[in-house]
Amino acid sequence: MKYSYFPGCSLKGLGRAYEESLLPVMKHLGVDLQELDDWNCCGATAYMSVDEAKACVLASRNLALAERDGNHPILAPCSACYLVLNKTKHYLHQYPKMKATVDRALNAVGMKCEKDVPVRHPLDVLINDIGLDAIKMKVTKPLQGLKVAPYYGCQIVRPYATFDDQANPTTMDRLLEALGATVIRWPLKTKCCGGSLTGTIPEAGIRMVYILLNEAKKRGADCLATVCPLCQFNLDGYHSAVRRQYGDVLLPTVYFSQLMGLAFGLPDRDLALNRAAIPFRWRPSSPPPAPAKPPAAKSVAA
Amino acid sequence: MNSNREELRIGFYVCHCGHNIAATVDCAEVARYVGTLPHVALSREYKYMCSDPGQELIQQDIREHKLNRVVVASCSPLLHEHTFRGATEAGGLNPFYFHMVNIREHNSWVHTDRKEATEKAKALAQAAIERVAHHKALEVKRVKIHADVLVVGGGIAGIHAAMTMANAGKKVYLVEREPTIGGHMAKFDKTFPTLDCAACILTPKMSEVGNHPNITLWTYSEVTKVDGYVGNYKVTVKHKPRYIVEDACVGCMECIDACVYKTPKFEDEFNEGLGKRKPVFIPFPQATPQVVIIDPETCLNLKTGKCKKTCVEACADRMAIDFTQQETFDEIEVGTMIVATGFKTFDAKRVPAYGYGVYPNVYTALEVERLVNASGPTGGEVITRDGRHPKSIGIIHCVGSRDKKTNVWCSRVCCMYSMKLALLLKEHTGAEIYNFYIDIRTPGKGYEEFYNKLLDEGVHFIRGRVGEVTDWAMTPEEEGKLTIRVEDTLAGYVRRIPVDMVVLATGLEPQQDAQDVRRLFNLSCGGEGWFLERHPKLAPVSTFTDGIFIAGGCQGPRDIPDTVAQAGAAAAECLALIDKGYVEQEPNTAFVLAEECSGCKSCIPLCPYTAIAFDESSKVAVINEALCKGCGTCVASCPSGSIVQNLFEDDEVFSEIKGVLAYD
Amino acid sequence: MTKDWKPRIVAFFCNWCTYTAADLAGVSRLKYASNVRVIRLMCSGRVDPQFILEALTHGADGVLIGGCHPFDCHYVEGNYKMLRRFQLLKRLLADMGIEDQRVRLEWISAAEGDKVKRVINDLTQQIQALGPLGFPSKVADWDREMTELEHHVTATAAGVCACGESEMAAAKPEVAHV
Repeated sequence: MKYSYFPGCSLKGLGRAYEESLLPVMKHLGVDLQELDDWNCCGATAYMSVDEAKACVLASRNLALAERDGNHPILAPCSACYLVLNKTKHYLHQYPKMKATVDRALNAVGMKCEKDVPVRHPLDVLINDIGLDAIKMKVTKPLQGLKVAPYYGCQIVRPYATFDDQANPTTMDRLLEALGATVIRWPLKTKCCGGSLTGTIPEAGIRMVYILLNEAKKRGADCLATVCPLCQFNLDGYHSAVRRQYGDVLLPTVYFSQLMGLAFGLPDRDLALNRAAIPFRWRPSSPPPAPAKPPAAKSVAA
Repeated sequence: MNSNREELRIGFYVCHCGHNIAATVDCAEVARYVGTLPHVALSREYKYMCSDPGQELIQQDIREHKLNRVVVASCSPLLHEHTFRGATEAGGLNPFYFHMVNIREHNSWVHTDRKEATEKAKALAQAAIERVAHHKALEVKRVKIHADVLVVGGGIAGIHAAMTMANAGKKVYLVEREPTIGGHMAKFDKTFPTLDCAACILTPKMSEVGNHPNITLWTYSEVTKVDGYVGNYKVTVKHKPRYIVEDACVGCMECIDACVYKTPKFEDEFNEGLGKRKPVFIPFPQATPQVVIIDPETCLNLKTGKCKKTCVEACADRMAIDFTQQETFDEIEVGTMIVATGFKTFDAKRVPAYGYGVYPNVYTALEVERLVNASGPTGGEVITRDGRHPKSIGIIHCVGSRDKKTNVWCSRVCCMYSMKLALLLKEHTGAEIYNFYIDIRTPGKGYEEFYNKLLDEGVHFIRGRVGEVTDWAMTPEEEGKLTIRVEDTLAGYVRRIPVDMVVLATGLEPQQDAQDVRRLFNLSCGGEGWFLERHPKLAPVSTFTDGIFIAGGCQGPRDIPDTVAQAGAAAAECLALIDKGYVEQEPNTAFVLAEECSGCKSCIPLCPYTAIAFDESSKVAVINEALCKGCGTCVASCPSGSIVQNLFEDDEVFSEIKGVLAYD
Repeated sequence: MTKDWKPRIVAFFCNWCTYTAADLAGVSRLKYASNVRVIRLMCSGRVDPQFILEALTHGADGVLIGGCHPFDCHYVEGNYKMLRRFQLLKRLLADMGIEDQRVRLEWISAAEGDKVKRVINDLTQQIQALGPLGFPSKVADWDREMTELEHHVTATAAGVCACGESEMAAAKPEVAHV
């Protein structure tokens, strides 16, 4: 199956590690990703709250591009992109006035947005299109012994819980288990990471970062696994501020795609693990623990 | 009376139904218009046609104006056709010279434009006038009622209904699919609002049922087939193998002690999985019948065939254990039935935010019923799954009720049972109890008083729908506890309340297999899956299938007093039919016009009741009137038009079609 | 078509499910278009295709048949038998030039009062858009043609000419007696 890959600004900037790990992993799984030609801002955050109509126009231009380029489902790894593109689709369905505004704008540049291109999240594609069985087949270095706290953030389950449960998402849990990791059960999977508060009202934002790091650590996690560039940035980048206010809670935050790459045995340099502020040093022990007896017998024969 | 030779004299009546019809339909105009139609001898409007004076009017007019047909335009025929047929008959006419027009449910209540509604009423009235001209005098068929009754479901509803009828001298079959009767009520500790012990009320009734000479009690059995019709049902009942010869077992339970499993090891269904049982067990001490059962899923001998069978040794010459038992079937004949198959409780896992199945100290209310019960798994000691005595307990109301994401209905019993459990838990533990509610609903005798009592006792009530139950501690006080996060809508802020134990007041739902049961008994269901009563006020325990009644939680959420009242009502309906001895059947059966039948046999396979046979000597199809249920499928399919359905003859329907279209 | 033209729709509802659902719609005071005239039958299996043709011939612009959902028929499978018949009838109606949307079969259970409302409103809207069927005048035309043809056949049978037209005439009467 083919997908139109929509990186958005984050995956080309702060969230580069996400793209740099996701693309090799998807390639390794044989997924055909075609980056959307001439994509533009998804219209997230500030734009959406200042002028919804303009944000929708921006987002729908991307939908129109995907429609033009073969109408393949859009793969939107960034949570904000995923939310805004889905929100735009929802608005176009629900509000004829919004649809008219968007149509006018797209018309002016000879484009149209009519075909209802699906907007998919990598977790959705991995679990529902590729399937855990196919993923397990690719695991050469199981993440045995690694304790991961799966952290979904807010935007992929609220308000549009399209592929997972709103209150208790489990797709990443299942994925990580398939990779051989131990999944930490914790109730803060979808609690706010502080979002843009870290920039606007730092004391509130930092507190939220602390709550997540502290709780994951308390429950024995070796790292947090995330799906969102903003979450990763918040949870990775504010450790010194957290330390000043609450004390040390050092805990690395990685993208689920990086963990997939490790389990697939992809080289470190393909996974951008060096980009994080808090280094993630854990590595799976190469070759997987094989059954003890047969190799022993072999060596005797040799 | 041979009306064909007589001049037609139709009497027409349009009912105002107070304002129900008259507010939307210009009744005077309808009466005027119908009065101009051919053969209409008289056309009147009246405020309440179904009232005594209204019926009297029809009777009087039949006599004085020599009417030979009657049409009433009022409500739905499903409501009052019977009434007006009665009035027509009382006036001296055959009741089937009457026809009814529905201008309330199908007209005044669903339209707003007075002009349009009036036009529609005229069109429908005209159709009836044209139709009634073709009506024929028909005889009502009387069917004898078999005096035996079947009650399906041995909860408190089934028990009460069975007892009522058995005490009246009727032979009752009570079929229950579990190994014992008692239903949900047997699991309860106390009942609200009187706090009398559930077992003390129920178990004497249960053993009475077990010993009643007029009751045949079949537990661990299910109805698999229902044939026939009111008065003459043929029912097949399947008995599942319990690997115990019921007549031989004396309930000594020595086999249980002797089982190769020295300690109980398997999840005990009766105790909601809070306790353990052996493969051979009795659900609870007062189970009726007092007979053990062997669970084939866990019994070593039934699973592997390799077991010392110490149970058989213990049973010795009573020889009540029989590992070779198979399913058996009984076929019974009954005249009437009561379906009292109950409800199931909402699966709390469907609201993941409350952590049921994730946090061990989150309980359902039914589990807590067992926990506080003296004969429960802990002997009535409230001790949580992780072994502590709770100091604070939160009870969350409306779990799976009044919620668009799960079930929209109010489950009616949860407010009261939550408050009952609050009181019992307080008595047992002395803990602080918090109730989280949306609204407290106490519509019952003594219920509001019970609520007031709780307020006096210092039970906390926090108004707000709980957002989540979490083990994430924000403060040291929350450490090691479950924190309930809720918007207190009276205080106006979000609160976090740490507790040791959470009780989820799960709502009531239709049984998992309600749809199968519905089809088996030919019942109707509401959109939610509860069995539908024929009329919520006029026929609350009747169904759309004659002779089959419903009672208890299968019809909708209800508490024990209402359930018992309803079971009594259903029993009375059965008794009324049985004691009358016969039932009158709508004469809408079909018959073949032998002289026109070509003998093509295409109707024969169409009849679902095998009522049509081919007469070899005359080479025509013949319909057995006793078997025909009057659907009319054969009539519509007969290529030569030689089958006639009484009350729905071709001429009658064709004239009705022309009639509704005659008016522009 | 006059501006205030309103479609006339005849409905055949089964006693147990759809008629009861329409009663429920009434009890629930749902509001819907007043164009439908309901005729009660015991079962949708009683709906003779002739009923539908009769309604159209007498000026109905549309016909609605309501029965119990599959497997829910009070008479086991009358609804299913109606469905079989309905499929055949649809072809016949298409041959007559009657639009597909004009004749509709719906399964409506006793609990679905809102569906009665939805279906009636929807069908009324559809037929309103299609305009009057005008089937009675068509039937009248066909009848006239028939009479002329019969006349013609009688004339040719008298010995003037025996060409293909007589065969046509022999085939036609079946169609005209709708």
